Amino acid sequence: MSGPLIEFQNVSFRYGEDQPWVLKNVNFTIGEGESIAIIGHNGSGKSTIAKLINGLLSPQAGKIFVDGMRVNEKNIWAVRKSVGMVFQNPDNQFVGTTVRDDIAFGLENRGIPREEMIRRIEECLTVVNMSDYVQHEPHRLSGGQKQRVAIAGVLAILPKVIILDEATSMLDPKGRSEIVDTVSALKNNRHMSFITITHDLNEIIHADRVIVMNDGELWLEATPRQLFTKKDELVQIGLNIPFVARLAEELTRVGVELEKHPLNHEELLEELWTYHSKM
Amino acid sequence: MDISFKNVSYTYQPNTPFEFTAIQDLSIDINSRSFVAIIGHTGSGKSTLIQHLNGLLHPTKGEITVGRFTLSANQKLKEMKELRRNVGVVFQYPEHQLFEETVAKDIAFGPKNFGVEQEEIGRRVDQAIKFVQLPEALLERSPFDLSGGQMRRASIAGVLAMNPQILVLDEPTAGLDPRGQEDMMEMFYKLHQEKQLTTILVTHSMEDALKYADKVIILNNGTKYMEGVPAELFLDKQALKKVQLDVPEVIEFLFEFERKFGVSLPYQKQSVSELATEIADRLKRS
Repeated sequence: MSGPLIEFQNVSFRYGEDQPWVLKNVNFTIGEGESIAIIGHNGSGKSTIAKLINGLLSPQAGKIFVDGMRVNEKNIWAVRKSVGMVFQNPDNQFVGTTVRDDIAFGLENRGIPREEMIRRIEECLTVVNMSDYVQHEPHRLSGGQKQRVAIAGVLAILPKVIILDEATSMLDPKGRSEIVDTVSALKNNRHMSFITITHDLNEIIHADRVIVMNDGELWLEATPRQLFTKKDELVQIGLNIPFVARLAEELTRVGVELEKHPLNHEELLEELWTYHSKM
Repeated sequence: MDISFKNVSYTYQPNTPFEFTAIQDLSIDINSRSFVAIIGHTGSGKSTLIQHLNGLLHPTKGEITVGRFTLSANQKLKEMKELRRNVGVVFQYPEHQLFEETVAKDIAFGPKNFGVEQEEIGRRVDQAIKFVQLPEALLERSPFDLSGGQMRRASIAGVLAMNPQILVLDEPTAGLDPRGQEDMMEMFYKLHQEKQLTTILVTHSMEDALKYADKVIILNNGTKYMEGVPAELFLDKQALKKVQLDVPEVIEFLFEFERKFGVSLPYQKQSVSELATEIADRLKRS
């Protein structure tokens, strides 16, 4: 059996010697094909983790491994082949003058032959449902469309993991759901890992596991269902739980017994139905 | 200050190949001291609308009145500065506009520009940082040494220091963590009440509109699509869906509850715990 896809061993990081530690002795592993959400208050160290994974930053202490390679100067280009990043601001990640050129940029840098490039560009744009926009200027697309093109751009380099660093936070609700749908379709069809860094509690519901950061420390690793039972603790560290979990908690408080912790409306209504029919 | 738009249109780059009409024949009324939420998708005209409120854009057609000021297509407003002193606009990601050496200087920049006396500026800076809950110790620090949330607060303090009567907020909580979002909205609501402001909030959050606004205006393709009291307007799921908006989650849940149990629980601004009690009662009764 192969090891984990990503591993943090006692990682600490700060931006300068007179600066406070942004990450303090962080340990975790992420397996191949796993879907992970990282949450935490502003300044908790979430985005630093993303930048450490693909070597945009390097830690002062500890070791980071990606796909069996230590992330360091020697391996950095190989590591970046395995890691695709989609950032927060859709306007800051385009270089090409057309959607096609933009996706081709990453492929050209890696010396992919022309025939293969054409094939991959077509395929990746189809996957994110943007194949009608091949000749469009990226800057004239909507926010959701821009982020989908950005996802196509990283998909084209066939990474083993895609990191979405608050990729939906600047989008309107329609753009958000476009991205959430695109990502969940990818999860089902491709054997890849996903790391979603987000403030949107409704986005973490689909994760296999959630890593909660607080003040640079790994505060908790749990499934979404386990996590949502810890409302008071989460509120204390600047987070919250989604509406359904809050309502379920309040219902339990007034004596409505629920068997498991519901994650969506359907599950909660089903639980209420069971409770009701037992009365 | 009452605000009124009468048949306002705005066209970007008219008579060029890039001509684009962002708002068209828009008429709205906003009463003094009310809290109004403006909702609509990217490209619906929200940002164009709010840039008219302090005269950054001038209507191509129609007329706008803000208190005693009138902006119209063919007349230039002579008292533009006076209008801008009264209308504070917090743009998206306002922390990108910080520029001074210290937080105190940055907050003081607005009132100083409007010729406010030094002593009065000092008072306003103190008051503004109290309102945005920034510790006084930060005043002499560079705004660029602050955390993201603190930078946001410092830039908002700069708008408040002008003592505006109208406060325009363009997605003020974007990018903040959940508690930061809640704290920030509570802060604006407190300001709205204590300073008796007219507040205009541009938001994607149906939850915030439902919680804070007296009135909601929904824009679509540069025209007014719907207007009304949020608790009533948000019941029209079909109409919202047509412009790809969702009803607030709590209302959606109450719809589903009714479908499943045949029991209607009307939305009356209940808190989550009040709602839980109500559901428990209904289940026990039926």
